[in-house]
Amino acid sequence: MTTRTIAVVSGGLSKPSSTRMLADRLAEATASRLRETGDDVTVEVVELRELAQDITNNLLTGFPSGRLAAAIDKVTSADGLIAVTPIFSTSYSGLFKSFFDVLEPGSIAEQPVLLAATGGTSRHSLAIDYAMRPLFAYLHAAVTATGVFAATDDWGEVDDAVKPLPERIDRAAAEFAEGIRRSTRSSTLRDPFALPSGFDPTGVGGVQ
Amino acid sequence: MLGYLAAKTSKLILSTSTTLITTNDPVKIAEDYAMLQHVSDGRMDLILGRGNTGPVYPWFGQDIRQGIPLAIEHYALLHKLWREEVVNWSGKFRTPLQGFTATPRPLDDVPPFVWHGSIRSPEIAEQAAFYGDGFFANNIFWPKEHYMQLIGFYRQRFEHYGHGTAEQAIVGLGGQAFMRKNSQDAVDEFRPYFDQAPVYGNGPSLEDFTEQTPLTVGSPQQVIDRYAAMRDHFGDYQRQLFLMDHAGLPLKTVLEQLDLLGEEVVPVLRKELEKNRPASVPDAPTHESLVAKRDAERAAQLAPAAV
Repeated sequence: MTTRTIAVVSGGLSKPSSTRMLADRLAEATASRLRETGDDVTVEVVELRELAQDITNNLLTGFPSGRLAAAIDKVTSADGLIAVTPIFSTSYSGLFKSFFDVLEPGSIAEQPVLLAATGGTSRHSLAIDYAMRPLFAYLHAAVTATGVFAATDDWGEVDDAVKPLPERIDRAAAEFAEGIRRSTRSSTLRDPFALPSGFDPTGVGGVQ
Repeated sequence: MLGYLAAKTSKLILSTSTTLITTNDPVKIAEDYAMLQHVSDGRMDLILGRGNTGPVYPWFGQDIRQGIPLAIEHYALLHKLWREEVVNWSGKFRTPLQGFTATPRPLDDVPPFVWHGSIRSPEIAEQAAFYGDGFFANNIFWPKEHYMQLIGFYRQRFEHYGHGTAEQAIVGLGGQAFMRKNSQDAVDEFRPYFDQAPVYGNGPSLEDFTEQTPLTVGSPQQVIDRYAAMRDHFGDYQRQLFLMDHAGLPLKTVLEQLDLLGEEVVPVLRKELEKNRPASVPDAPTHESLVAKRDAERAAQLAPAAV
């Protein structure tokens, strides 16, 4: 039996927040998929609202406070990451972006990631693909093909809907769980002091 | 300016923090600091740094993205200019040299001791370890844990390259303090400057930042206690520098701070750092110790022939 840790980053600001609700649903669905194949699953949630001042301070000083460092460690060491943001002014929220801005380069490279977002209307649903996906491609994460967008009306009546929210959540969770099972990232050791290959302390020029 | 200070003083060791090895010509550094060595009778050493301000590099025809290669190549040339009388050299960043001699030659033919300063680059720690030079971690503005890792790496590589044990590596640390006789006065007086300072201003509170980083605001005794404990984290080390004029403090205040540092902190701190220090841990090299070491090595080489 393998123990898997899933980190959840939620950028929701209100309490209760639909962003956090979506994040929890995705985490539950993924956990149950992994448990089906005998894995043990731990879910670690990072609520960005609680770290908002720490994130701003990190932007200014260049280092994380103790509690932000602990949250960053949860995220970067997890076997998979569920990242959920509200859509503000047609993109991820500034707080959500700031959190990923303060991560060390390469720290979520190759990590299986599931993207999700919430918004007032489904007309913003493509924000996952034109805003979030390029960000995580830049961070070299292994992004799950299916993302999940939940608009306000997704939380209400579902009787006549085509592909209602629970179905979309389940499809994304299945793909994400498979990505986690296949990933070897967590067993790879990383050396923060690794020198670039071919580095020579005596010179890169033609010292004679 | 260091030449002027050398003429006005007789005991102080003069150093730089830091001399930019990236945007200065290594030939100019070799000649200027060899001259300072003569003028100061060897009372000097050199701390090299790269500089992390992008716009500065183009002023000198350089590019910050080449910061590490510049530091590596320029220092390799500087090292050679001080040790070889006639140098033939070509590299990526500087015009080639043919049959060139840097003058004056180093005092007593012993080059100045060099420290390499870095905030976060393992390449620079590796460079310092390779040459058996000193490594200076600025140890300000960030938590000490970060610098502990970097210094641990340097010590390990120093031993790897055969210059001595990891404990014998030559380590320097920065630090920052603001003091008044009563600690609450120090906090009250420094806070308005802190809140608007470069780097940390408008960010974390003074209380959070002093807890998270080596900045110490309080009485001289609090500064002594904080810095006497540094060796518990970094191992016994050879040099402690203090940043005293940050945050826009007025000159008069800075001069008062220097008095407090020199009169109340440094003498006690020296004693504290000497306590229980293993005899195998060397002091920071001086010109005299480097001359003695060179002479001992020469004698050792000649000894078998003399028998």
